[in-house]
Amino acid sequence: MIPTPFEYVAPTTLDEALAALAEHGDEAKVIAGGQSLLPVLRMRLNAPEVVVDLGGIPALRGIRDDGDAIVIGAMTTHHDVHHDPLVHEHAALLAKAEEHLADAQVRHRGTFGGALAHADPAGDLGAPVLALGAEFVVAGPSGSRTVAGSDFFVGLFETAIAEGELLVEVRVPKHTGWGAHYEKFVRVAHQWPIVAVAVAVRTEGGTIAEARVGLTNMGSTPLRAHSVEEALAGRPVTEDAVREAAALAAEGTNPPSDLNGQADYRRHLAGVLTRRAVLAAAGA
Amino acid sequence: MTATQERPDTAAAKEIGRDRRRKEDQRLITGRSRWTDNITLPGMLHLAMVRSPFAHATITGIDVTEAQAAPNVVAVLTGKDLGESQGACINAWAITTDQVTPAHVPMPSDRVAFAGETVAVVVARSAAAARDAAELVDVEYDELPAALDLKEAAAADAEHGVLAHPDLGTNRSALWTFDSAEAGTGGDADQAIARARAEGIVIEREYRQQRLIPAFMEPRSTVVDPTGEQITMWSATQIPHILRFALAASTGVPESKIRVIAPDVGGGFGGKLQQTPEEMITFAVARRLGKPVKYTETRSESLMTAHHGRDQWQRLTLAAEKDGTVTGLKVELIADLGAYVSLIGGGVPVLGAFMYNAIYKFPAYHFSCQTVLTNKTWTDAYRGAGRPEATYAIERLMDELAAEVGVDPFVVREKNWITKEEFPFTTVAGLEYDTGDYESATREAKDRFGYDELRAEQRRRREAGDRVQLGIGVSTFTEMCGLAPSRVLGSLNYGAGGWEHASVRMLATGTVEVTTGASAHGQGHETAFSQIVADRLGVAFEDVEILHGDTSIASKGLDTYGSRSLVVGGEALVRAADKVIEKAKPIAAHLLEASVDDIEFSAGRFGVRGTDQGLAMAEIAMAAFAAHNLPDGIEPSLDSDATYDPVNFNYPHGTHLCAMEVDTETGGVLMRKYTCVDDVGTVINPMIVEGQVHGGLAQGIAQALWEEAVYDDSGTLVSGSFVDYLLPTSADTISFDVSHRSTASTTNTLGTKGVGEAGTIASTPAVVNAVVDAIRHLGIDDIQMPCTPERVWRAIHDVAGGGGTDTEGAAAPHFDASTGMQGTVDRTDGADR
Ligand SMILES: Cc1cc2nc3c(=O)[nH]c(=O)nc-3n(C[C@H](O)[C@H](O)[C@H](O)COP(=O)(O)OP(=O)(O)OC[C@H]3O[C@@H](n4cnc5c(N)ncnc54)[C@H](O)[C@@H]3O)c2cc1C
Repeated sequence: MIPTPFEYVAPTTLDEALAALAEHGDEAKVIAGGQSLLPVLRMRLNAPEVVVDLGGIPALRGIRDDGDAIVIGAMTTHHDVHHDPLVHEHAALLAKAEEHLADAQVRHRGTFGGALAHADPAGDLGAPVLALGAEFVVAGPSGSRTVAGSDFFVGLFETAIAEGELLVEVRVPKHTGWGAHYEKFVRVAHQWPIVAVAVAVRTEGGTIAEARVGLTNMGSTPLRAHSVEEALAGRPVTEDAVREAAALAAEGTNPPSDLNGQADYRRHLAGVLTRRAVLAAAGA
Repeated sequence: MTATQERPDTAAAKEIGRDRRRKEDQRLITGRSRWTDNITLPGMLHLAMVRSPFAHATITGIDVTEAQAAPNVVAVLTGKDLGESQGACINAWAITTDQVTPAHVPMPSDRVAFAGETVAVVVARSAAAARDAAELVDVEYDELPAALDLKEAAAADAEHGVLAHPDLGTNRSALWTFDSAEAGTGGDADQAIARARAEGIVIEREYRQQRLIPAFMEPRSTVVDPTGEQITMWSATQIPHILRFALAASTGVPESKIRVIAPDVGGGFGGKLQQTPEEMITFAVARRLGKPVKYTETRSESLMTAHHGRDQWQRLTLAAEKDGTVTGLKVELIADLGAYVSLIGGGVPVLGAFMYNAIYKFPAYHFSCQTVLTNKTWTDAYRGAGRPEATYAIERLMDELAAEVGVDPFVVREKNWITKEEFPFTTVAGLEYDTGDYESATREAKDRFGYDELRAEQRRRREAGDRVQLGIGVSTFTEMCGLAPSRVLGSLNYGAGGWEHASVRMLATGTVEVTTGASAHGQGHETAFSQIVADRLGVAFEDVEILHGDTSIASKGLDTYGSRSLVVGGEALVRAADKVIEKAKPIAAHLLEASVDDIEFSAGRFGVRGTDQGLAMAEIAMAAFAAHNLPDGIEPSLDSDATYDPVNFNYPHGTHLCAMEVDTETGGVLMRKYTCVDDVGTVINPMIVEGQVHGGLAQGIAQALWEEAVYDDSGTLVSGSFVDYLLPTSADTISFDVSHRSTASTTNTLGTKGVGEAGTIASTPAVVNAVVDAIRHLGIDDIQMPCTPERVWRAIHDVAGGGGTDTEGAAAPHFDASTGMQGTVDRTDGADR
C-alpha cells in the first residue's frame, strides 16, 4: 500500500535533527531503519507530514566502551549489535536476543534504538535491556537527560521520549562473565515472540550468585521479574531449585490474549521458559 | 537457408525423464519477466477500491464530492453509477438444480455482504492519487447482524438466527448427496453402522477444516485496454480462457471482442481460479471511460478479499468389524461458501466426495454436503480443492480405528486397501482406479523412514515419561486428478468441459512453436512441455517454444488447476505432435521417392524402411514452407492441433510418514522427519516433480500446524496480515525425504499422473496423525488444526485435570471445550485406551 504524501528531511547532525523536530512538532515522525515505521505508514495507521531520517547522522551509530558500561548508539543496526565484540564480552544477553530477532534482512536495516523507541511489548530487546539495568540517553531542545530503564517503557508502544526528543544512545552496565540466555517461544521462525524470557546469571561454583530476568510480551511493556531474581539468588543450579523460583515468573503480570495464546497460557509459558532460560544461562 | 543443417543432432537425447532446469526461471529470477502490474500503457489510469469495513450492512449513502475534487482524480464511481454495465460474477457450478445462489454484483449499491466488499472505485492519474482520494469517499452504512459462525448459519432460517442474505430466507445454498446403495456401487452405510454398533466398532468424529488463505506470491492485478477493436484484459489469473468466457457471458460484450492475457503469473494455488469482482469493475471502468486502466491490490486487500479455501465441518462415522475391516463410511459436511457462491466454490466439496473411500475397499458409503452462505469472504478452490479434506478425514479415521483395535496404523490400512492384483478397481464412489501399488510404495516409505526404529524410540520415550514425546503419523493417500472427463463434469452439472487444447507449428527453420491452453503460473509448463515435444518430434529442447496465457495466441483452452496440465494438456500436445508427424510422412515419402507405407519416423528422422535414406524433421519443415515440391493434394503446412477430452481421471498415490516431537510442557510441536514415496506415473522432469512435492508438502504441513484465517465477532478478518496469518518459510520446514515410483497410468499416452496437489493432500493428515500419536497415551485423540502449541497444551492440560503434568490414567475427553471437538468413541468392546 502507498503511504500518504510526506516531506522528507535528512539531517546530518543531531542538532539539525532536533531542530527539524522542533520546527514540525507533532507533524514530524522520526525514521530509523524503517522496519516498524514503514509498515505503519503503508497501512496508513499514521500519516506524518514530515519524516526525519536519522540515517545520515554518523554520531548515532556505533558501540563504545565507557568504563563500567558499554554505550550503544541508537542507530546501530541489529546486525552490528549481534556481532559486536564488546557486546559479546560485556552484555552477551543482547547478542542472544538479537540472534533471534526477525530475519537477516530486517536485522541489517532495523536499529537498536528504533526497536526500543518503538516499544512493541512483543519486541525482543526490551526485556534484555531492562534485565541488564540499562539507561537511556534522550536528547531534546534543552539538552539531554538520562532515563532509567524502569522509567523508559511507559505503555503499549509508549516510552518516556517526549515530543521533540530523540533517543541517542543506551548505556548498558557491563555484565562481564555472566551467563546469558534468551528463550524465545514462537510458532514460526520469523515471528515476534508469544512469550520470551531474557536471563543473565552470575554463578559461583554450582550456585547462582545473582540473576537478572526480563519478560517479553507478558504485559503492555517489557517487564523485569524481580521476585524470580530474588528467589534465584543463592540457589544451586539444579532443575528442581530453579523450577521453584521460575514458577514466580508470571506473578503480577498482565499478559495479552490474542491469536497466539490466551493470558493463562502465556503465564504458564513464562514459568517454563524462565526455568529453561535460567538453566541455559547458567550452563546447566 | 542452411541454418537447420548446422544444428547439432540432439534428436537422440531423450528428454523425458531428464532433470532439465526450468527454462522460464532465468527470466523469472532475473526480472526479465512481465507481471501484470509492470504493464504501463499510454494514458493509463489507476484504480483504488473503497471497501466496506462491515461484514454486513446497508449502504445508506455515498458522498464522493471531496474525493472527486482531489488532485489528479478523474472519476469516482459507485455501484449505482456502473449499474448493469458491471455484469455479474458467475457461478459456473450449481451443484444441485435447486441451489440457492445470491446475485453477485461486483460492486453492490444497496448492501454489502462481507468485510472488504467494494462500494466505490476511484480513478486517478496515479495509483497514489487514487489511494489518497479513496480515503475521502464518505460512505454511510447501517450495520446489519452478520452470519459468521458456520454451524449457526447452517441452522438459521427466516425466523431464527441471522441470514447472510435476508431476502433469500435461508443460508443453506445446496445439499448434495451420494449414496452407494442408490448409485448401485455399494451397500447401505446406515445399515453397516447399525450393525457395527451392535457387534463391531463405530468411530465417530467431527473434524474442522479451518479456513485458509491461498496467499499466492503476486497480488492480483488487472489492466484493461478498451482502445482498439478488441478489449484487452491482462490479469494475474490462472484462467484466461474461462475468464474471457465469463466476461462475455456476464457483460454481453461478444466473446470475439475480448482478449484476455495472463502474462507471467506469480502463483495461484487455486486462488486465481476466479472471475473476480475487481476484474469486472476494472473492465467496466475501462469501457465507461474509454481509457486503459489498472488495478493492483495491496497485500492486505488480497488477504481480505481474494477467495479463501477449505472451511468445513466434517461429521464422520466409520463402521468396522472388530478386527478393523471397514464395513461402511458416512460423511456429513457443512461447507462455508462465504458471502457468494464463487465460480466453482459450491463444487469444491463435491470434488472431494469421491475420495473419502480413498485407497480402500469400503463396501458402503454415504456422503452429504450442505453448502452454507455466511458474511465472510467467499471460498473456492485451494490447492487440492475437496480432496485434502477427504484425505484428511479418512486418514485421521484410519489412525483412530487402528488405535481402537489396538494395532499399528498400517495393519488396518493393509486390511482394507485395494491390493496390487485388484486393479483396475471400481470404488464404492463409482470411480475406476486404473493402476496403483500401495504395497511397494508403503514398503519403500517405511524403509526410508526407519519406521521400526522410530517406533522403538517412541516406546522408549513413553516408558521413560520424557518431556518431549515422539509421534508417528501415516497417510496413505490417493487423489483423482486431471480435471476432467467432460461427460463426468456434465453429469455433475458443471458449467464447462474438461478437455484441453494444444497446437504444434513446425516453423520453416526447424524450430517449433507450441501453444497450450493450460496456462502456467509457476509450475514449469514451458520446460516440461518442451521436453515432451522435443522427444516426440525429435527436435532439440531449445528449439521448442511454448506459448500460453493469451486467448489470441493459445486460442482454446481450459487453463490450469486440478493437476490437469500435464495429464490432459500434455496428452493434447502429444496428439497434436503426432498429427504433425503424420502430415510430414507423405511429404517425406514424396521427397525420398518412396511409398508412405515405407516411411518410418524415429528420433526426428523420416527414414525409408530397409535403406539408409532419410530426411530430418527440419528438412521436411523447410520443404513444406517452400512448397515447391509437394505431392498433389497435400497442403503446405506442418501445423496441427488437438483437443483432448480425457476418458477418466488418474489416480496418483503415495505413502507419507511423518515424525513429530511434542513438548508436553509447552505444547510446542517440532517436525523431526518426513518421508514420502509418491507414485505419480511417468515422470517427465524429476526436478519439477520434486519441486511440486516439496512445495505441496510445505502447504499441507502449514494447514496442519500454522495457517488459519480468523474472524472476530464482528466479521473482521483478524489474520489480515502475514504477522498473524502464519506462512512457513524454509526456516520452519525440514529437509524432506522425497522419492517417487512410477506405475504408468493407463489413462493417457505418456502414462503420467498429476503431481501438483499430491504433497498438499497427503501431508496434512500425516502431520496431525503424528501429533496425536505423540500424546495419545495421555488420553488425547484429536487436536484441531492448526495444531498450535496452545491447543496442544490445553489438550494435555485438560486431560491432566487442569494442573501439573501428571497424566497417569487420564481418560479421553468427551467434549474438549478448547478445541470444540466431539471426542467420542463408541467403545462396544469396552476397550479403554
Ligand atoms: C518482518 C519483520 C519481522 C520482525 N520481527 C521482529 C521480531 O521478531 N522481534 C522484534 O523485536 N522486532 C521485530 N521486528 C521489528 C524490528 O525489530 C524493527 O527493526 C524495530 O522494531 C524498529 O527499528 P527501526 O530502526 O526499523 O525503526 P523505525 O521503524 O524506523 O522506527 C520505529 C519507531 O521508533 C521511532 N524511532 C526510531 N528511532 C528513534 C530515535 N532514535 N528516537 C526516537 N524515536 C525513534 C520511529 O519514529 C518509529 O515510531 C520485525 C520487523 C519486520 C519488518
